[in-house]
Amino acid sequence: MGLEQKLGDMGVVTTSLEKAIGWARSNAIWPMLFGLACCAIEMMSTQASRYDLSRFGMELMRASPRQSDLMIVAGRVSRKMAPVLRTLYDQMPEPKWVIAMGDCASCGGVFNNYAIVQGVDEIVPVDVYVAGCPPRPETLIEGILKLQDKIKQEPLKKWQ
Amino acid sequence: MAAQPTLYEAPESVLTESNVQLDITIEQLKKLVSPRAFTGETMLLNMGPQHPSTHGVLRLLLELDGETIISCIPDIGFLHTGIEKTHEGKTYSKGIPLTDRTDYLAPLSNNMAYVGCVEKLLDLEIPLRAQYIRVILLELTRMNSHLVWLATHALDIGAMSVFLYCMREREMILDVFELVAGARMMTSYFRVGGLWRDIPAGFAELVQKVLDIFPQRLMEYEKLLKDNPMWKERTVGIGVISKEDAIAYGMTGPSLRGSGVNYDVRKAYPYNSYDHFEFSVPVGSNGDVYDRYRCRMEEFHQSLKIIEQAMKRLPAGPVMVDNRKVAPPPKHEIAYSMESLIHHFKLWTEGFSVPEGEAYFAVESGKGEFGCYISANGGPKPRRVHFRAPSFYNLQALPKISRGCLIADMVAIIGSIDIVLGEVDR
Repeated sequence: MGLEQKLGDMGVVTTSLEKAIGWARSNAIWPMLFGLACCAIEMMSTQASRYDLSRFGMELMRASPRQSDLMIVAGRVSRKMAPVLRTLYDQMPEPKWVIAMGDCASCGGVFNNYAIVQGVDEIVPVDVYVAGCPPRPETLIEGILKLQDKIKQEPLKKWQ
Repeated sequence: MAAQPTLYEAPESVLTESNVQLDITIEQLKKLVSPRAFTGETMLLNMGPQHPSTHGVLRLLLELDGETIISCIPDIGFLHTGIEKTHEGKTYSKGIPLTDRTDYLAPLSNNMAYVGCVEKLLDLEIPLRAQYIRVILLELTRMNSHLVWLATHALDIGAMSVFLYCMREREMILDVFELVAGARMMTSYFRVGGLWRDIPAGFAELVQKVLDIFPQRLMEYEKLLKDNPMWKERTVGIGVISKEDAIAYGMTGPSLRGSGVNYDVRKAYPYNSYDHFEFSVPVGSNGDVYDRYRCRMEEFHQSLKIIEQAMKRLPAGPVMVDNRKVAPPPKHEIAYSMESLIHHFKLWTEGFSVPEGEAYFAVESGKGEFGCYISANGGPKPRRVHFRAPSFYNLQALPKISRGCLIADMVAIIGSIDIVLGEVDR
């Protein structure tokens, strides 16, 4: 049934532990339910009816940072929000990844002024940058798929 | 070693500057919460800024007696973007994209307030076709804003499927925006003096699709919520604000009309030829969460009515004023005429000048009266731009509304006043 029929009689599959873990990790990402501004609305669209992020196995948004391993920084980060964002990041258990969604989170976007952190990579390490103001849901999905590829190739030793 | 207070002996103060973590002193906090909070009799609970039901990055400091809210202190500014200040360094036409990002659920309403204000300063008469197209898009924007409100409000209270339904219909409206402006959310389609361009082919069909499908979809939402006993239990009689209080706090929009005040900028100060259309303003009576919900649901029908009228009577003609001081020369002219090229270049680098003076222009956005105030100094950049954000005024009534409510009702109340933090903090 299922997999065996499709692939034929595969017998024994050998792989490295690193690859097996990377494969498992990349397909069960739990993003944090954490929206900041405009991009958060597009993030909602991504999870909702038309785009349906659950097709890629990551619809399980967690409201608590303690239960999530992906932080999608969706929107502009103000100077007042920056310490909060860092606290949330620190509260996430390892292994953890960050996607900077949108121009504001990536580089400040149109707001080159006193109030906005010019790129969230000033405060947390970013794995994938998603361009757009706001990025279309397809763009965000592409970004998440890129992150999946990245996780698959990550060495096991990276997260102690 | 200091003596440890026994269980029955209340300590002098359980609140210190280090464990409150507000940007205020203990002296200031004393004025905001009751003295009982300092003896540990009541509890201070922090809600947000990362909370799925605060609709963004709102932080609330709640003082609780058991489950009852005694006082609520909103802490805003987590999304302060400096939009008003940034406007001062931009020419008038380059300021339009910034307005999209204040209330990001109703970008076209914000565009309208801003360009309306500049047009008022310039004393421009907008072609009728442009006005009608604006009305169609403004009403679609209102529906878009209300759909996100309904989706998140219902989700907060626990109705998951409404969220999926609303987002499905929202995509239809975003398709219209994408067709006219090229972007789903940040449209920046309105220009000072009219529109960026005329509506492309296929616009009428897409809008007609919205008009055809919405009445039955609205019935679906009503079936799910209107008479649902669980929904009514959570909303009827919850978060009541009286007519007088609502006016005193400066509330506008459906949050004000839910309390029974018939105030709508479209009727009171018609702009953009809104007086050409027939529609009514739904008004509630009890001022509770349920009435505010009813008001917004009725507004869907009124918006559809306005769009239908505007589509039927859409006049032909230009969509931009004929005034070359403001309007750019048409593209085909730029290719052949040196003067037009220079003119276009000047308009995009230096910008047009606006005569000295000040103006206030208000529109009825999905949330309430969204106003724009511009103080012009005669140059191509404004001296000061200020937005009257309806969410900001609606939010300041939250402590009043939530006093005496249960903590579980807090999310229902926040949802019912329909705040967008991008607009509150700007």
